[in-house]
Amino acid sequence: MNSALDVHRLHFAFTITFHYIFPQLTMGLALLMVYLKTKALRTGDEHYNLAARFWARIFGINFAVGVVTGIPMEFQFGTNWAEFSKAAGGVIGQTLAMEGVFSFFLESSFLGLFLFGEKKLGRIGHWWAGFLVFLGSWLSGYLIVATDAWMQHPTGYALGPNGEIQLSSFWGLVLNRWALWQYAHTMIGAVQTGCFVMAAVGAFYLLTKRTESYGRTFVKAGVLVGVAASLLQLFPTGDMQGKLIAEYQQPTLAAMEGLFASQPTAPLAILGQPDVEKRRLDNPLEIPGMLSFLTYRNWSAHVKGLDSFPEELWPDRIPILYYSYHAMVGLGTIFIAVQLLALLLYWRKRLYTSRWMLWVLMLCVPLPYIANTAGWMTAEIGRQPWVIYGLMRTAHGASPRVGAGNAWFTLIGFMGMYSVLAILWCFLMGREIHLGPEPPAAPGSSTASVAAD
Amino acid sequence: MATIWFCLVALMVAMYVLLDGFDLGAGAIHLWVAKTDEERRQVLASVGPVWDGNEVWLLAAGGTLYFAFPQLYASAFSGFYLPLMMVLWLLILRGISIEFRNHVHSLVWDPLWDFLFCASSLLLAVFYGAALGNVVRGVPLDKSGYFFEPLWTDFRLGPETGILDWYTVLVGLFTLAALLLHGSLWVQMKTTGAVNARSRTIAERTFWAVVTLTVVVTLISFQVQPQIRINFARWPMGYAFPLLAAAGALGVKFFTGKQNERNAFLSSCVYLAGMLTSVVFGVYPLVLPARSSDFSLTVDSAKAGAYGLKIGLIWWVIGMMLATGYFVFVYRSFAGKVVVGSSEHGHGD
Repeated sequence: MNSALDVHRLHFAFTITFHYIFPQLTMGLALLMVYLKTKALRTGDEHYNLAARFWARIFGINFAVGVVTGIPMEFQFGTNWAEFSKAAGGVIGQTLAMEGVFSFFLESSFLGLFLFGEKKLGRIGHWWAGFLVFLGSWLSGYLIVATDAWMQHPTGYALGPNGEIQLSSFWGLVLNRWALWQYAHTMIGAVQTGCFVMAAVGAFYLLTKRTESYGRTFVKAGVLVGVAASLLQLFPTGDMQGKLIAEYQQPTLAAMEGLFASQPTAPLAILGQPDVEKRRLDNPLEIPGMLSFLTYRNWSAHVKGLDSFPEELWPDRIPILYYSYHAMVGLGTIFIAVQLLALLLYWRKRLYTSRWMLWVLMLCVPLPYIANTAGWMTAEIGRQPWVIYGLMRTAHGASPRVGAGNAWFTLIGFMGMYSVLAILWCFLMGREIHLGPEPPAAPGSSTASVAAD
Repeated sequence: MATIWFCLVALMVAMYVLLDGFDLGAGAIHLWVAKTDEERRQVLASVGPVWDGNEVWLLAAGGTLYFAFPQLYASAFSGFYLPLMMVLWLLILRGISIEFRNHVHSLVWDPLWDFLFCASSLLLAVFYGAALGNVVRGVPLDKSGYFFEPLWTDFRLGPETGILDWYTVLVGLFTLAALLLHGSLWVQMKTTGAVNARSRTIAERTFWAVVTLTVVVTLISFQVQPQIRINFARWPMGYAFPLLAAAGALGVKFFTGKQNERNAFLSSCVYLAGMLTSVVFGVYPLVLPARSSDFSLTVDSAKAGAYGLKIGLIWWVIGMMLATGYFVFVYRSFAGKVVVGSSEHGHGD
């Protein structure tokens, strides 16, 4: 951790990981809020409007932290990764600038109206404000994923006379096949976070016997949308993402799966610790032939292990890559089991009274955050040792004049700043959940608000 | 084509300064124009629904700079590493102090965020000014196209410059004065009662500071950056830009006297636009001048590939038309003086 390169990597990893805690919830909630607003509009029941308003307050807190931690991301390409930016800015600057021009303006304009303008806009106008916030945030998701997808699988570019990377096809960049699948996988991951958070808050209200009608609404929305999301996350989106890696990032696939030796009938490692020095998996628990089947739909297919590639093409943090990938897949499997079980209970009309299931739903709340983070770690550590896969190595992308000392200074600064943000976020979220979706007792009664504070 | 993008990036930066400038200015005078909780909520409500959209201009300008002039983006952002990171920290503090304040009401919660909102706004105005000063003065670029500046060295305009020297600090203070004026005219326009009266007083007092500093900084800048002298000598038409700024300043004085709050604020917009276009005209075709050497980055040496610039123009125009539409809609929705009631403003109050 002494070289400037390592500090720049940690700098980006830390700030992006912290940042993504918030957008994954707001993008998921944006969809669920449109669902609640639509229900309010169709049934005319004020219950759903109050429910939407409650989640809009949660959304507002998370959106604010997402915005302030997101601004540094766009600037860090230039501050810490100047050589990369100079080489690739003409291409990925396109999608980043489009994110600002097309989605941030939309999102920020209509969020103000959505949060502050319900009376002015009327019922239908307010539904539209909510819908446009959803559209803006999901469009922003696409453009940022397309930026990352280009680094994973560069398309639509040509090399200029001095080796600089230039855009040659706009649609090649924007409709990158990798981007389409990665986007679907990422957004469904965000919907899962939204669903688990909504279900967990609902379960908390039911378990504590407070505002139980809202508890039921939240658990129901979280489970019904959550079942669909959990299944879609595995198939087709997760499956297709895996196939793309098998096609374009072969050493990455081998490292993710902990497959050191090339072999036919390759097993799928469920558990085990990669020992990179000895080139083997310790304490393996494996399903024979499963990896061959998942990758090539053929139980005896030959799968390339890490030994098929020169070491300079191996991802440079194999154990973390392996664990991130396994954590993501393991949690994804657990989500399917939990959501299907909850759906079964809902169908038998026992979901709201099965306290053990509500406990499970409530305690699951950190897991989708871990799964989403682990998924991004798999993608980004898996891309190593390249910053642009096959085109530019990470070691050649950092800023030449920013030394390790200055990078540590700002990294520590961000760590301090984000610790404060995290504490404030916990406090405000806890407070909103404690206050609940019902409006404060009678207007004008000061005792209620004093007690609440 | 590169010159078109130079103008478009300058336009976006100007939009950022005009729009976020008034909410920065409002933040910088926050503690002085508003004393009670209700008054402070008036100031916050005047910027609350729009500050985030205003700040998006910074992001959009940054992104546009990134794809149109990748070399400039890489050199400038890595060279201004430390001050840029500090600007980011201040933006974080400022954003949460606006957004978090109204969630809780308590005698320790509110003053904390009011103070942070004010302090971060003040410092940001000075930092932005110092950044502009650095660009005008020039930075120690070498033939690799990179530089790295410490925060300060000996505060002189020697060969080893820091981010802060007497010139950039002066530009920073000048920017602060200009944004204080801009922000107080905005707050005056959006509020009533005591806040309105106090912001009028601040506007009247800062006006003469702005006029004095405009003259001083302009004269010094002609000395500091030779390109400015060259450009104004070659194209005398360029004097239209400083004249625009002068007209804006006169307008501020005239309409403040007439008590026409809206036109006074718009005049301040004209003044800021005139000043910024003067700078942009003065340094063209340099995008990042180097200190005493031939390594300046120019419009042509920093630009991206021709195809990307051409295709970018198509979506940029479409996107900007949409964005303008949203802004008109949002500003019309929140038009008029703010009314601070107990509802529609957070909850639990």
